Amino acid sequence: MEQLVKRINGMIHLKAYNRQRDDLFFITVEKSQLELVLSHLKNNEGFTHLAFLQAVDFLEDSKFQLTYMLYNYDIRVNLGVKVLIGRDKAEMTSIHKLWAHAWQYQRELHELFGINFPGSPRVEESFVLEGWEEMPPMRRDFDTKEYSERTFYQRPGRSTNDPKEYMKEKMYKNYAASPRIRRDDE
Amino acid sequence: MNRKHIDEIEKQMKLANEGLPEEERKFFADVIPTRVDPFNKYWEQFLNWARSRSLWMLAFGTGCGATELRPLMTSRFDMARFGIFPRPTPRQASVFVVGGYASIKTIKRIIRSYEQMQGPKYVIALGSCTINGGMYYDSYNTINRLDYYIPVDVYIAGCMPRPEALIAGFNRLKEKIVAGECEGMNEYTDKFDWFKKNQKEIIKDWNMPDYNW
Repeated sequence: MEQLVKRINGMIHLKAYNRQRDDLFFITVEKSQLELVLSHLKNNEGFTHLAFLQAVDFLEDSKFQLTYMLYNYDIRVNLGVKVLIGRDKAEMTSIHKLWAHAWQYQRELHELFGINFPGSPRVEESFVLEGWEEMPPMRRDFDTKEYSERTFYQRPGRSTNDPKEYMKEKMYKNYAASPRIRRDDE
Repeated sequence: MNRKHIDEIEKQMKLANEGLPEEERKFFADVIPTRVDPFNKYWEQFLNWARSRSLWMLAFGTGCGATELRPLMTSRFDMARFGIFPRPTPRQASVFVVGGYASIKTIKRIIRSYEQMQGPKYVIALGSCTINGGMYYDSYNTINRLDYYIPVDVYIAGCMPRPEALIAGFNRLKEKIVAGECEGMNEYTDKFDWFKKNQKEIIKDWNMPDYNW
């Protein structure tokens, strides 16, 4: 695996490299070089399976982090390729020509995060939200509770606890504020 | 009253079906559903007794609550001994069990299925999600109160209610049917405009007929 990272590093500039387990690695690459890296991994290194493609919203940095999770059946290793894209007018190159089923993930990301994938088939079709008119709901600045109270009728008499305060009181007496999750390339 | 007046009144008494394209509107009924009153008190009592002993459940699992219907149908809890049996299509069913949370995409299908069921029809809402939203009360995609969209006869609280609770709910439904209290279908026709207003508020792309016969 170290040799693989060295080989990729010879090709392009790796922004970060993180080893979580013996069979789980993450690399962070530049946005423009993602397609090159993915096709190299698929064709030459044996990472033939795209397990999933997901996004993380880093609102504070105004960035989206996309993770392309690959799997190698020969050496049984998971490799996550991360890439950072801008949050405003988010756009990413489509990889449906490398893995045909990627269009479905891209359609989902387009709907839930508002990331555009030009050229991806059926990317404009609605996936789970039919007739959605607000901003994409999985963006962190979308207030889902406020939307729910505005749209759906509340039944009076419901009482609820703030989960954070409640668990602090009941379970974690020595609770310390945990730091924000950092990205690999920071 | 001239012809123009009569035409206007007739137009108001029909459904507009505005969600459908112009050329498709003629394929769907535009008649507003009407109330069905009992023909005779004692005859109706006999019919209710018979109905309560032959419940046909629509096997449409709309949420995680559908998991609890499988042990209920099969040998462990065996709902057939209570005279309940699943049917695959709404046309042949009389009880609609809404299993748990209903997203907006699902409530569209729930409304279609409920309206296609033939009367007399009953609704059992199971799980906390149908009562007040349950653990999804702040979700952008799931409704909080089911009774704003279709009339509900019996609620079963729990997350999830066990099959024993479901049996208790079915028994309660039977008692209500025998007592003649399950008038959900007539409630739906009486408050038709109110139900339709609520439904169209959340279903933004209404591309089906206003009433599915």
